[in-house]
Formats: sequence, C-alpha cells, structure tokens
Amino acid sequence: MSDMGQKKIVKRIHVDVDKCIGCRACEIACSAFHAEPKYSSINPARSRIRVVLDEVNDVYVPIRAGEYTPAECAGRHTYTIDGKEYKDCSFCGASCPARDMFKEPDSGLPLKCDMCESDPPLEEPVCVQVCRVDALTYEETEVEGPAEEEPSELEIGLDALINRYGPEKVLETMARKYEQE
Amino acid sequence: MRYAETGFDLEVDLSRGNIERVQTDPGLTERHLGGQGTAAKILWDRVPPETDPFSPDNLLIFSAGLLVGTPVPGANRTDVSTISPLNNLYKDSLFGGFFGAELKHAGYDKIIFRGKASDLIYLWINNDHVEIRDATHLRGKGALESAELIKDELGDENIQVASIGLAGENRVYMASIEHANASSSRGVGVIMGDKRIKAIAVRGTKDLNVARPPELFEKSLAMYKHIYENPHCGDFMAHEDDEEWHVDNFAWGNARERIKGYWNKEREERWTAISENARFRWNACYNCPKDCHQALRRPGKHTIFQKCYSKLTYAMAAYKELDFNYDMLSLTQEYGLDGYSTPQVLAFGVELYDAGILTDEDLPGFPEDSGERFFYLLDKMVRREGMVGDALADGVYWAARKIGRGAEEYDHNTMKKSEQVPVKLGRVAYHYFLMYATGEKLNITQIEGSFPQVPTPDTKEREEFVKGWDAAPEYFRNLYLNWEPRNQLPVDGAVRVVDWNEIMHYVDDSIGMCAFLSCFRGQFGGRPPYHLHNLPDFISLTTGMDMDPDKLWEIAARNRNLVRAINVRRGMRREDERPPEDHWKKREPEMEQKCLDAYYAFKGWTNDGIPTKDRLDELGLDYVSQDLIERGVITGDEQPLSFEAIVEEAEQLRG
Repeated sequence: MSDMGQKKIVKRIHVDVDKCIGCRACEIACSAFHAEPKYSSINPARSRIRVVLDEVNDVYVPIRAGEYTPAECAGRHTYTIDGKEYKDCSFCGASCPARDMFKEPDSGLPLKCDMCESDPPLEEPVCVQVCRVDALTYEETEVEGPAEEEPSELEIGLDALINRYGPEKVLETMARKYEQE
Repeated sequence: MRYAETGFDLEVDLSRGNIERVQTDPGLTERHLGGQGTAAKILWDRVPPETDPFSPDNLLIFSAGLLVGTPVPGANRTDVSTISPLNNLYKDSLFGGFFGAELKHAGYDKIIFRGKASDLIYLWINNDHVEIRDATHLRGKGALESAELIKDELGDENIQVASIGLAGENRVYMASIEHANASSSRGVGVIMGDKRIKAIAVRGTKDLNVARPPELFEKSLAMYKHIYENPHCGDFMAHEDDEEWHVDNFAWGNARERIKGYWNKEREERWTAISENARFRWNACYNCPKDCHQALRRPGKHTIFQKCYSKLTYAMAAYKELDFNYDMLSLTQEYGLDGYSTPQVLAFGVELYDAGILTDEDLPGFPEDSGERFFYLLDKMVRREGMVGDALADGVYWAARKIGRGAEEYDHNTMKKSEQVPVKLGRVAYHYFLMYATGEKLNITQIEGSFPQVPTPDTKEREEFVKGWDAAPEYFRNLYLNWEPRNQLPVDGAVRVVDWNEIMHYVDDSIGMCAFLSCFRGQFGGRPPYHLHNLPDFISLTTGMDMDPDKLWEIAARNRNLVRAINVRRGMRREDERPPEDHWKKREPEMEQKCLDAYYAFKGWTNDGIPTKDRLDELGLDYVSQDLIERGVITGDEQPLSFEAIVEEAEQLRG
C-alpha cells in the first residue's frame, strides 16, 4: 500500500526563550491537567514541561518532556553560556536514567508531553494557554506522510517497567495480579 | 483531606537541633486562613510579652499564604513574622518569588524556628528529609551568592533558597531576607541572623490538592488573561522610564526636601539608557503573568533584581542619579538590606556629619562626595564597625540615641521607631493621618491601597470611575463620587476608608496574594483583578470552605485585632500612634485626635486603642480578652466611645 496522498497533522509548541518571564505557570497548568481526577492537584515535579531557570545567569528555558530512553548518553559534553557551564542534560527533554526530571516522583515512571490530548480536543495545550507572554506558542501544520501511531501512556510506562525489571518479571507480576483480581 | 494547604508545620528547635513535623488544626485555617493570620496566632500563643526579641524563645515563622501553590494566579507570597528588636513589637514582612509553593510541595505550610543555633547553619528541606547543616563556610557570603553555593553543594537547580547576607549575620536591624527575585524587608532578617540561620533551602515534589478542580481551573485561566491585560495592576511604574512622579513627590536626602523641576527630557534619556544597558530581562514571581521585576547587571557588579521604589531610594537619599542607585543595590542586595530604610539611615549619617555632630574623629577619611560617603557608611554599618557603624546598624531611632550630641533632632522620619517612606506633604489628610498613626505593618504602603489617594477633579470622570468599580462596597462609591478635590473626607468616611484599606491587606497577607494584584492596586484606577467581591469565590473553590465577603472581612478583622492585641500586650498605646511630626506642614492636632477617637470607637476599641472584651469575644478571640484581663491590660468592663457621637463632635469642630 502506498503512503502517497496521506496527510498528518504535526503539532508544534514553539519556545521563545527571550520572552519567558520565569513564572512557571506552564508547569502548574500541565500538572493540573494531567492529574487524576483532572485538575485536582498541582505538582510541578509531575509536569511534562519544566522551565530550566537560573535567574542570576539569565537562563529561562522551558523544556518539554520527550521520549523515554532506557540508557544514558554515552559520553557527555558541556556548554558554556555567558561564562556559566551547563551539562548537555541541562536542556534535554528525555526521561532518562541519569536524572529525576520527567519522571513521576513516586513511581519513577516516565512522563511525556502528549500535547494535552483530550476528548473533546483543546484548542491549544494548557501550557500555551497560560503563557500570556507568548514564550510558548502553538501551531499545527499539515504535512504529507502516513499518520504515526503515538504510543499510549500505558505502553510507555510498560516499556519503562520492562526495561527496569525485564519482561519475565513484569509478566510474572502481571499474571499474579490478574489471578488476585 | 486538606485542600490548598498541606496540614503540617515544620517545628525547628535550633538550640536542641530538634526537628518535628506537626499536624495542624483545620479550625485554625477556618478562623485565620494562613500566611500572616495563622502566624500571628502562633506568636500570640507562644511568645509572651516578657520575651525579649533576641531571646531564644522568640519565634521566627515562615508562613506560606493559604492559596500559595494553587492555580490561583499571583498567590505566591510567604509571610515572615516575628517580634522585632527595633521596637519590641510584632513585625511581619512578605516575599514573593517561588519559596512558598516549593515549601508546600515539600509537605509544609510553615516553618517555625525557635531557639538559637550555636553557629551559622542552614536548613535543608527535601520533602520528608529535613536536616540542619553547617553553614560556617558561607559566613560573610552574599545572600544570592549563598543561594547559588547551596544549590551547587546539594546538586539540584530546582531548590529554592531564602537567605541572609552580612547584614543579617551582624544583626543589622534593617536586614532583609533575600530569595530569587524577591525579598522580605522591613526588619525580619535581623532575627534570622540572631538565630544564626544563614539560609533555608527547600525542594518539594509532592502534590497539593484543591477542592473543586474544574471550576477553579477555569476561573484561574480567565484570571491569567485578565491580569495580563489589566493595565492597572502589577508594578506598572517599574516599567516606566519617566520618573517624574517619584522624583517630584518624594523627598531627597534624609527625607528633607522635594525638588520641583528636577525631571527633564535629557535626564530621562540618560536614565533610560542606564536601565536599558543594564537590564537583561523582566521577570515574574511564581504563577503570575506580570513581569514586575527587572534583572540588571552593570559591568563588574552583582546581578540585581530591582523591585518597586528601591529603584530610586538610594539615589534620592544621596542626591545622586540612577547609576549610583543600581550600584548601591548591587551591594545591598548581597548584604541583604531593606531598600526603604537603609538609604534613610545612611542619609541620616551624612546629615550628622554635615551638622558637625559626627566628626573626622568618628569617621576617619570620610569622603567629600555624597555617593562615596554612602559606600563608606554602608561598609561601616553592615560590619558594625566603630561607634558609628554599630549605632547606624540599629536604625535611625536608636542610632540617634546612641550617638547623642543632639542627634535626636535629626531623627524626624521614624514612627514607632521605624523609618517611614520619605514623603513630606502640605496639609494633613485625615485618612492618611489615621493610616500612618495606627497601621501595624509600620509602613504606609502596607495599609493604603483600596481607596483612591485623591479624587479626580471632573465629576463625570468620577462617575465613570465608580461605574466599573467592582472592588468597592457600596458605601465607598458614594463617598468617592462626592469627594471634591482639595477637600477632606468627612470623618466618618475617613475612618471607614482606613478600615477597608487595612482589611484588604490583612486578607491578602493571609492568603498570600500579591498586593500589586489586589489590596494595593485599587487606589490608582480602581480596577484591581482581585478584591473583596471575587476573592471569596477563589478561596471557596480552592479550599472547600464556604466563603463570602462578610465572612472574609470578619476573618481579616480577627487577624487585625489579634495583631493589635499582641502589640498592646507588649505595651503599645495611643501615645505611640503618631506619624512623623513633620510629615505634613499644616497639622490639625485637635481634629487629628478626634479622628483617632473615631477610629478607635469604630473598631470597638477603648479610647486608648485597646480592643475591648466585647469586640474580642465577638470575633471569637475570648482567649485573648481573658489574657488581657489577667494581665491587667483591660478590666473587661471597658466600652468603646460612641462612634456617631464622636463623628458629630468632629464635624462640629471642623465647622
């Protein structure tokens, strides 16, 4: 089957770091939106967008949670910006074993930005809605190509568990739980 | 489940090194909300009037406002409450930034310090893990510099730090507590230094729950938009390069003179360039779309987060220009010094030298240039070096008495021993007299704000103003409509204006709402985003408490009376309630005293400014009236004067 003629929507959040005022409203809104039940709790540590803030050195960089990765990068490099040194992890969006960022604080399960997918769909992700200074703006573009299946949150979480404990252990535990139910 | 708050306080006994996590009584939240309200309640209960401010038994309380950490935009302030060594009275000061929310996410609404550490320490709060750590390696380090070092040491950039600099360490009375782009000024840093707490570092990753999530989120979303678009809120003056209003209306030197015509185009262009060359960003506090603070750096100087009127206080006190002010801030922010009182203390020192009271013997090598003199005195003061440095470090009031030789004559701008905003005006206005005299936050900016400072001359404009004035209870609409320029408010109106103004501060300071979005922002434009009529809804949705304007007013009145009770128990009386003598050129002593009578009567207080038993009991403060009776402060039989009768007398006196 040919992919020709198929369209997909690419959703993009554009970050203008020069406009960021460091209020972290994006973190609050994101964590509220993804709380269970919706909006019932706030916790920036659960947010899928984090503002890397170093006010004294003028670093205001909102970063969205990207892919889960089972392994840290091999070899590191550093950046020097305005005389201050940063690790390459500083502005990375991956949920990765090297650090706590973009993981559920309790379970350690990875967090990933889902562009606030919901039914009915929002006009814009909530982080963009609360960013009145337009450091975050949202755009949708239509491009040629097959629609990709985004892995569900359950799948991402399951992948992380399999990576941590191995498939047999996860399966065993699942089977035991199933029997208990 | 507790909503908007964690339901736990952190009790830290520095003398014993003991740390406890203590569950709090939800009833306290219902009666006092949080922030200043619950902090004042703890001070009342646990710090008796015999306790000296420098005693280990004095408390230092960091109390996050009730709505801090929730989605409600602009609720980010933490109250610091203690008993001040300056005047032995209750002192509180709030700061914004990010600290309060982080504290709640760590699982605590408050940190209550008692005792004293044997040497410099910092408190490290990482969720449930709390430890007292050595901070002797940070001795003498700048406030923000220490925050950076602590974050590096603990290896987490997400940590929030509140810290003191050299001023706090040396128990300078004007010491502030610095945090990110914010600071807690008005003399609370001295107690942090006395307890040898260099800093508090906090990291929290726990959930904070709210009672009615979808409604609250929807309202908060709309409020972000409203606040961002509302030109009457935030620190709009900080964004202006035209400083005519400030330089013309505030007094220069040691609060001495207004210089009319100082401002001109050439100066404006030069000052604008100074700011633009130094500024690298406007920034905001937690969860607020207004960018009120400018981040500045001048070559070879520390980064500063300039807020509010501190842009000009040092320049005007030293008869210098804006670049001088920024260079002073670059030092004083790291020293951790209040930008309101410190400039006046330094200007006072310069004045004493010019008057021959201080000599070259006291100040060897004292420079000629007024700016260099400021740097000289600052250095002596922050280190308490020599007789003069040590005296100035206690503020103008005590310095004048320590120095003697007639220096008391030059202490002309303090009230209840604390420096006041350098404003000198023509004729007394009754409501301003009352606010200065009776305000227990000891600074006019912490009491004025809901009712306009002056009426617009045009009746039509006043009608327009009143039309969209949602913030105001009905009474004040008519009062403002009928207020003709250059006229005094009627005594009845003046008293009620003071009451409304101060009540709104007590509301905001208990929920942690920024004054620039609420209680301080009604007076120019009359369109504050938050006010008496919409805050109850935000409080209900967040906390689950059933709230309406009357209930909110009553809670604020309870907190206000509790603060008054703390102070009268410490000896404060009517005779202490006097603005600086020269604040106005033309005074009306007899009318002023009538106004004071009327204010006390309206409050349900005795004519000596003490809450009566009936008033206290009505507010559910029976334990307070009981204590005041036991201590002989009141008999319990006192009645307030008749408000109506005094108002009538006062109006007759005015003729």
